[in-house]
Amino acid sequence: MNRPATSHAATVLYAAGDSEDRTAAEVVKDAPNDAPTPPRSPLRRLAGRLSVLGLIGLAIVVFWLGVAFIGPLVAPYKGGAITSTEIFGSYSAAHPLGTDFLGRDMLSRVLYGTQYTVGLALAATLLASGIGTFFGLLAAVAPRWIDEVLSRIFDALISIPSKVLALVVIAAFGSSVPMLITVAALAYIPGAFRISRSLAVNLMTLEYVQVARARGEGLFYIARVEVLPNMIHPMLADFGLRFVFIVLLLSGLSFLGLGVQPPDADWGSLVRENIGGLAEGAPAVLMPAVAIATLTVGVNLLIDSLRRHGGRAHGGGK
Amino acid sequence: MNMIEVAGLRVVAGAAPEPVVEIVKGVDFTVKKGEVLALIGESGSGKTTIALSLLGHARDGCAIAGGSVKIGGTDVLALDERGRRALRARTVAYVAQSASAGFNPARTIMDQVTEPALLHKLMSPAAAREKAVSLFRALALPSPETIGARYPHQVSGGQLQRLMAAMALITDPAVVVFDEPTTALDVTTQIEVLAAFRKVVRELGTTAVYVSHDLAVVAQMADRIVVLNNGAVRENGTTLQVLDAPADDYTRALLAARRHPDPGPPAAPPAAEVPLLEVRGLNAGYGRVDANGVPAVRVLEDVSLRIPRGSALGVIGESGSGKTTLARVVAGLVERARGEVLLDGVPLPATLSARTPDQYRRIQIVFQNADTALNPSRTIADILARPMCFYHGLRGAAAQKRMLELLDLVKLPASIAKRQPGGLSGGQKQRVNLARALAAEPALILCDEVTSALDTVVGAAILDLLAELRRELGVSYMFISHDISTVRAICDDVVVLYGGQCVEAGQRDVLEAPPYHPYTGLLVDSVPALQPGWLDARRAVTGTPLPPLGPSAEVRELCAFRARCPVRIDGACNVTPPAIKRLPTGAQILCHHSTAELERLQTAQALQVAEATQATRRAAA
Repeated sequence: MNRPATSHAATVLYAAGDSEDRTAAEVVKDAPNDAPTPPRSPLRRLAGRLSVLGLIGLAIVVFWLGVAFIGPLVAPYKGGAITSTEIFGSYSAAHPLGTDFLGRDMLSRVLYGTQYTVGLALAATLLASGIGTFFGLLAAVAPRWIDEVLSRIFDALISIPSKVLALVVIAAFGSSVPMLITVAALAYIPGAFRISRSLAVNLMTLEYVQVARARGEGLFYIARVEVLPNMIHPMLADFGLRFVFIVLLLSGLSFLGLGVQPPDADWGSLVRENIGGLAEGAPAVLMPAVAIATLTVGVNLLIDSLRRHGGRAHGGGK
Repeated sequence: MNMIEVAGLRVVAGAAPEPVVEIVKGVDFTVKKGEVLALIGESGSGKTTIALSLLGHARDGCAIAGGSVKIGGTDVLALDERGRRALRARTVAYVAQSASAGFNPARTIMDQVTEPALLHKLMSPAAAREKAVSLFRALALPSPETIGARYPHQVSGGQLQRLMAAMALITDPAVVVFDEPTTALDVTTQIEVLAAFRKVVRELGTTAVYVSHDLAVVAQMADRIVVLNNGAVRENGTTLQVLDAPADDYTRALLAARRHPDPGPPAAPPAAEVPLLEVRGLNAGYGRVDANGVPAVRVLEDVSLRIPRGSALGVIGESGSGKTTLARVVAGLVERARGEVLLDGVPLPATLSARTPDQYRRIQIVFQNADTALNPSRTIADILARPMCFYHGLRGAAAQKRMLELLDLVKLPASIAKRQPGGLSGGQKQRVNLARALAAEPALILCDEVTSALDTVVGAAILDLLAELRRELGVSYMFISHDISTVRAICDDVVVLYGGQCVEAGQRDVLEAPPYHPYTGLLVDSVPALQPGWLDARRAVTGTPLPPLGPSAEVRELCAFRARCPVRIDGACNVTPPAIKRLPTGAQILCHHSTAELERLQTAQALQVAEATQATRRAAA
């Protein structure tokens, strides 16, 4: 009855071309089984399905992830060492990104700060998306009363402004790395829950899930095999968005002095420390801000192209 | 004078430098002014692509590569974007298959119907509204003055399809393209919509191109038929010639696919044996359950049926008659409010979680829409392996062997196992669906409209497969369909549902000849005959208004069909619930009429229609 209007054109395309003119998604999905598909490395495959902008985003993200791991090793100076008498120094051979308000090398500060910003945000996002997706799936497949209880709990959480919550919690318990991760995760779990629940509820009405239920499958199997793989694409896009929000939340907290405590510093605290140099246009205040901007723009470019791709694959499948 | 001239039309999919595929391979045809031409073929034959090229349009990823399309002397393909826009404003209009997807749910119908005229500044708003109301009247829509004030969700599917035609006709186009406008409708709705289209096209003298895969529908609408296969014209002739003396093998195959093979004598009903499935006094519905155990929306009322081992029961009804809910209740997906479902004489628990693994295994369900019935992220091998592992603990080489057997059973190549559902055609997906149900080695398969979304030829192949599986494996079916001919082709027993009531139950033969329940009669007579002029004849015979009926008494079990019944009796149908009557054929019906009365009425009507059809045919020849 609802024959898709484009189906035959698409079928003809698949039937006639070899594996090369199928969309990259099919190539990726079929790769382990399809004999004619040439073996390709995971990175090549990922690169093959991204647009130019997506590739730029991917490059930026890979760059900052790399810096988070090897930054302290390649930094010219120790993170907290005062290396120059000049404060808010400009670009020079000894200090490529200038010096900060105490005369510390800004390049080293940024390199050391990367692991805090990226690491904290990554951990908090993993927690938020993981927990949110888990409870969202649970609410969709479990009996109705569990859904009601979970939804109301997360509704209550979502009604508290996240920044105010973070400020109150940190003011009460003090700032530490685990506390920052917990606060950031707590603020972003309800959103992930809402999105995963609505995706899963839509999938639950599809006939293959009905068939699985009529077959007598358990809830765990339905959630794991029938529902999760079909909602993973939008959830990954959501993961990227949440990562950006958490970077901004943590930077904001650090800017207010409630984030990572001195002498350690993430990018947000670097901006705050050196805010005095703003009037002089010192690189010390510009560089961490540039770092925050490039990371958020990079992640957004990457997930935008992932999401566009996921959306197309979804629409084509229907 | 030729209104439409298509010559050497070629449409390709894909753009250079990638390999391109020709979807339409050099098609020629002409349509005279005021003529109705039908484009007929299976899906993938290029019929919609050709229809769209008349509007100068090619879908995303496709391009018109060559040939010419002339409408009223204008070369459509030579026009620029503005020229094409003007063409679509005045000259060519399009009526799509799915009217519900073609209307914006947030705006009133009148706004949308008059939009083409206003958008192209062809009429004043008042004139456009007046024109719309006259079109509503011509299309036999109820309350033409006020229907425009409603929103799309407030009218039925058949009405929406006619409103879509009104939207297309408001600019008085010279050519209208109908793209499968009745494929998604019930048979009873379909003939009303067809009759309305036929009347309007004739009155306005519009040239029409009618795209369809159903030869019987086309026989009613078209003056000429173009048979398409794989993007090429196989046959082009007048309707009478194509139907009576097809010149091409492919046309003959299409005609043959409509005539289902006789399934042989129905299995003798085993008298004393416990039936495989028995349903007694079933009530079910959706929404909140009140104190009496009756749900807010009642879908099934007091339905009883039995399926003996190895036989097939057909469940017929329009959409909304509760047939899918019936299957879902038996499968345990919807809880019943009252009544019993017995499998092999053992009561089945109402809820899914209370059933035993063996009860799960013995009842399998196959859904209508093969696209959503297979998990798109798993391979066919995974999909088939799961029930084997789940019910029978088969793994590794044994599972692999069984999977190949199953694929062979449903006539699919073994190479398909590594593919994902997205890479399969509709017919292949439906076969995988069946194979998944068979993997459980069930006793009963619930088939919910399994062939409705498929082409005639592909659907006929699935029906053959079902019949073969039943012979070889001895499975039973509950076969749900709105199409009488498919039910006739595969089932031993038949149940007719209307508004959740079982209005008729009996053997397959009850559908062959009167007497039957008035609703069954309506269904049987609404199936278009493969004869030109049948529709006009039927409208002429049955066009009389329904007999008057007074206000209904406050009794729940009144006949649900009384609102539409052509032979209803004032003072009986609206006052007392009908009693069960046994017909000479052995069928049971719920009706106030006596058997002799029904037989007299229905035989007379069938004769009249046949005579009138013959008369039109003679006149045409």
